[in-house]
Amino acid sequence: MTMNAQGRPTAAFAGESAGGEETVTGNRGLRIEEPLIFEQDSPGMTGVDLPAVPDAPLRLGTVRPRGRIGLPGLAEPQVVRHYTRLSQKNYAIDTGLYPLGSCTMKHNPRLNEKMARLPGFADLHPLQPQATVQGALELMDTLAHWLKTLTGMPAVTLAPAAGAHGEMCGMMAIRAALEHRGEGGRTRVLVPESAHGTNPATAAALGFTVDPVPGAPDGRVDAAALKAKLGSDVAGIMLTNPNTCGLFERDIRSIADAVHEAGAYFYCDGANFNAIVGRVRPADLGIDAMHINLHKTFSTPHGGGGPGSGPVVFSESLAPFVPVPFVVHGPDGLRLVEHAGGPDAGTAFGRMKAFHGQMGMFVRALAYILSHGADGLWQASGDAVLNANYVMARLGDVMTPSFDGPCMHECLFDDRFLKGTGVTTLDIAKALIDEGFHPMTMYFPLVVHGALLIEPTETESRAGLDQFVDTLRALAERARAGDAAAWFQAAPRLTPRRRLDETTAARKPVLRWKEGEGRAGP
Amino acid sequence: MRYLPLTEADRRAMLDAIGVRSVDDLFRDVPDAARRSGPVEGLPDHMGELEVERALGAMAAKNVPAGSVPSFLGGGAYRHHIPAAVDHLIQRGEFLTAYTPYQPEISQGTLQVLFEFQTQVALLTGMDVANASMYDGATACAEAVMMANRLTRRRKAILSGGLHPHYRDTTTTDARFIGFETVVLPPAPTGGEDIAALVDDGTACVVVQNPDVFGHVRDYTELADLCRARGALLIVVVTEAVSLGLLTPPGDMGADIVAAEGQSLGNPTGFGGPYVGLFAVKDKYVRQMPGRLCGQTVDADGRRGFVLTLSTREQHIRREKATSNICTNSGLCALAFSIHLSLLGEDGFRHLARLNHARAVRLADRLAGVPGVAVLNDAFFNEFTVRLTKPAAAVVDTLAGRGVLAGVPVSRLFAGEHEDLLLVAATETTTDSDMDALANGLAEVLR
Repeated sequence: MTMNAQGRPTAAFAGESAGGEETVTGNRGLRIEEPLIFEQDSPGMTGVDLPAVPDAPLRLGTVRPRGRIGLPGLAEPQVVRHYTRLSQKNYAIDTGLYPLGSCTMKHNPRLNEKMARLPGFADLHPLQPQATVQGALELMDTLAHWLKTLTGMPAVTLAPAAGAHGEMCGMMAIRAALEHRGEGGRTRVLVPESAHGTNPATAAALGFTVDPVPGAPDGRVDAAALKAKLGSDVAGIMLTNPNTCGLFERDIRSIADAVHEAGAYFYCDGANFNAIVGRVRPADLGIDAMHINLHKTFSTPHGGGGPGSGPVVFSESLAPFVPVPFVVHGPDGLRLVEHAGGPDAGTAFGRMKAFHGQMGMFVRALAYILSHGADGLWQASGDAVLNANYVMARLGDVMTPSFDGPCMHECLFDDRFLKGTGVTTLDIAKALIDEGFHPMTMYFPLVVHGALLIEPTETESRAGLDQFVDTLRALAERARAGDAAAWFQAAPRLTPRRRLDETTAARKPVLRWKEGEGRAGP
Repeated sequence: MRYLPLTEADRRAMLDAIGVRSVDDLFRDVPDAARRSGPVEGLPDHMGELEVERALGAMAAKNVPAGSVPSFLGGGAYRHHIPAAVDHLIQRGEFLTAYTPYQPEISQGTLQVLFEFQTQVALLTGMDVANASMYDGATACAEAVMMANRLTRRRKAILSGGLHPHYRDTTTTDARFIGFETVVLPPAPTGGEDIAALVDDGTACVVVQNPDVFGHVRDYTELADLCRARGALLIVVVTEAVSLGLLTPPGDMGADIVAAEGQSLGNPTGFGGPYVGLFAVKDKYVRQMPGRLCGQTVDADGRRGFVLTLSTREQHIRREKATSNICTNSGLCALAFSIHLSLLGEDGFRHLARLNHARAVRLADRLAGVPGVAVLNDAFFNEFTVRLTKPAAAVVDTLAGRGVLAGVPVSRLFAGEHEDLLLVAATETTTDSDMDALANGLAEVLR
C-alpha cells in the first residue's frame, strides 16, 4: 500500500447546475433558506422578559459600562423558527445510518437525556458542600466501578473532557511516573503510522519525540519493527486497539511484554473500545493506560462536535499518577480530593479542567450502561462486530477490502476498485449523500490509498444495512461501468448546499458576520 | 435489549453470509488468554427504563439541587435562568445526534450555528474573531498561554493572583509537562497587585481575570499598553460571561486573547460540566489558534454556505505539528449558549447583566449590615468577597444544614488559604427572601 500523504482533497468542485424549478423565495418545499440571525435584527426586540432593574448607581469602580454590543433582537417565535430550520439542514443518527468509521455514531437513547436533566444532577453547583452532593459522588463512583471492572484496571480518572484530553492525561501520567522513578530522560514515544492524529499531536505537545512505527502487510503494526525501536530512551508507545484499520492487534501481548521489559509504558488509544467492551478486558492485554470515549462506547450524544468525555483507566504502576479531583471513600461518606499537593492527594499530578469532569456525560453513560448491563454490553459489542463483518462480506466483491478479515467494529476499503474510473473516494461519499446516507470516513487511516472506513455500529437493523450495502454496490458498479466521473463529480445535487469551496474558505477566511458588510452570495 | 435491532434470525443469516459459525469466531484475533467466554462477572444484567430511572433517581434524590434552596454559589459557575426554548431546541435530534460537521453539504445547520456562535463570542468579548469553542474556561486559558508561547517564541507566563485557582492549576499542569515557565502571583483578595513590574522581555504573556476570582472588576487598559511595549501578550480570562453585558469588554481594553467560560448562558451548572470554553483573538493571530473554526464560503451553485476551515492547524492533518491536540470540543453547549444569547438579544442581554449587578449590589448592602460580615469589594459585577469572623467553610457547612448554600469558601479554592473569606454571588434568580435567609443565617452563625 502506498501512503496517502495528501490527506483529504478539499477543492473538488463541480460546476454543473443542480437545475430544477426556480422558486420566488429560493426555498424548495421543506428546505428553507435561512438567513443569519444577525440579518433578522428587529432592534429593541427580545425573546426573554426580565423584571425591571432598580435605578441605583453602578458599583463598577473605574470600569466603564460598555456601549452597544451589536447583537440582533428577536422574539421567541423567530428564534425557535431560526434554529428549527437550521436543524433541518443537518444529517443525524436520528435521521439515518451514519457509518462514520472510527467516530462511532450509534443510537443515543433519550433515557440518557432524561436522567441527565434530573435537577438532582443538572442543578448541582460544583462547589456545593460535599454533604449536599453525596448522590452525585455516588454516581461518579458507580461509573468508575463499571469502567474499572469492564477494563480490569485498578484505577480510573473521570476528569478529562474528551478523548484527546484523556490521551493528554494518560501521557502526563506516564511522564509523571517516569519522573517519579528518576527516568524523566525518556523522551521518545512510538506511534504507529495508522494512529489517530490526536496521538502524535498529544505526544508532541508534551515534548515527546514522536517515532513513527510502520505497519505490517496485514494491517497491524509491525511488531518486530516496534520491538526493534524500543530502548532506554523510550517513554512509551501509543497504540490503538482495535486499530484504525478495524483490526485487532494480534501481537498486543508480546508487544506489551516487550514494552514493559524496556522500562516503558503502554498507552492504548481506547477510541475503539466499543468493539470489545464486555468481551475483552484491556488489563488482560497488558496495557498501562487507556482513555474511553464515553460518546463512542457508551452512547452519549456527539452534539455536532461535543461535548465529549474521556475517562482514563490506569494499571497499578500508573494509578498513583492521576489528576485531581477524584472521589475517595471516607468516614463521612464520599469525598472529592480537589488539590494536588494536598495531604490526601498523594502523587496526583495536577489538574486538567475547571471542575470535576463532564458530569452530564457521566449520567448519560451510566444510564446506558445500566440499561445494557453486563449481558447487554456483551451483545452490543458482538452485534457491532457482526454488522461490520456483514457489510464487509457483502461489499467484498465490488469494492476492495484493504485487509483480510475478520474485522472488528469497522471495515476498511481502499480505492483500488475505482482505479481508472476517474471516480474518487470523495465522489463515492458525495453520491452516497444524495442517496440519503451519511458517508463513511474518507481518507483515514492514512496507511491505505483513498480509504473508505465503514462503521455501522450495533444499533442498525439488518434491513438498514442491506439498503446501505445495496446502494453502495450500485454506486460502485456505476463507477466501474465507465464514463461516470462527471456524474459523480456533480454530486451531491439534492442537498441544501452542493459541494462547498473549501479552498477559498481557507485562503480568504471569513470567520464571522460583520455589520454593514451585507451578505456574501445570493 | 431495546437498543439492539438484530433478531436471532438476523444474526444467524448474517453469520452465514459472512461464512463463520458464531460471533465468537469473529473475535479469533484476540489472544485466547484475553478472550472471555461470557459477560464480565460481578456486574448486573440489563435493566428496563423504569429500573434505570429508579436507580439513578435514587442517587439524584440524595443531592440538594442549588435551585431548591437559597444559593449564592459562584466561583466560576453561575446559576442563571435558562429559557425553556433553549433545552427544547438543543434536544432536536438533528442537533443532538449529529457528528462534527465533516460533510458540509449535510451539516449546514451545525455549521451556520458555529458561524453565528463565533460572531456572538467576538462581539461579546470585543475581539476580532473567535473559534468554535473549547472544553471549558480553564482549558481555554491554558491553550491561550500555549498560543502566546508560539506567537512570541517566549516561554514565560505571568499568572495574576486574581486568576481562578483552578484555571491557574490547569495552566501550571500544562506548564509542567509541556515545558514552559509560570510566575504565579499570590491571591490578593483585598486589592490590586503590581503585575506590571514583572513583565520583561522574556515574558510571553500576562494572564488576568475580569471580574477576578474575588469579584473585583478591573480596567486592564494600562496593563495592555505595557505588555505591548514589552512584546508580551495580554490574556484576559472571564469566568462569568454575563458580565460582558455590562463591563467594558476585554477587546476594548487591549486584550490580545480572551479565554472565557460560557456556561452562564444556556448551560446548567451541572456539577461542573460539560461547559463551553470561549476563545477569541485579534485577527492577526488567527492561524495560531487552537480548536475548530467555521468559515463562510460558496457552494458549486454560488450560494453562501459554511465549512470547517483552516484545518491545516489541526491534529488530523498536521499530526505532531498541530497547534493543539483538540478534536471534539463543546458543540452542543455552544449551541445552548448561542440560542440563549439569541433569545436575549442586545437589549435582553444588557438588561440581564444590569439585573445581575443590581441584585449583587442589593445583596452586598444587605450583608454589610450583618454583624461579623465585612464586604471587601468596592467594585464588582455579580459576585464579591466577604470577610467573616469565623472560618468560612464551617459557616457554609452549618448553613447548608439549615438549607442555605451560602457561597464558596475561599479556602476551598485556594487549598486552605484565607479561611475567613467567603465568595458570594447573586444572579437574576436570587430573590429578596433568599437574601434574607442568608443574612439571617449569617447573623445567627456568627453571633
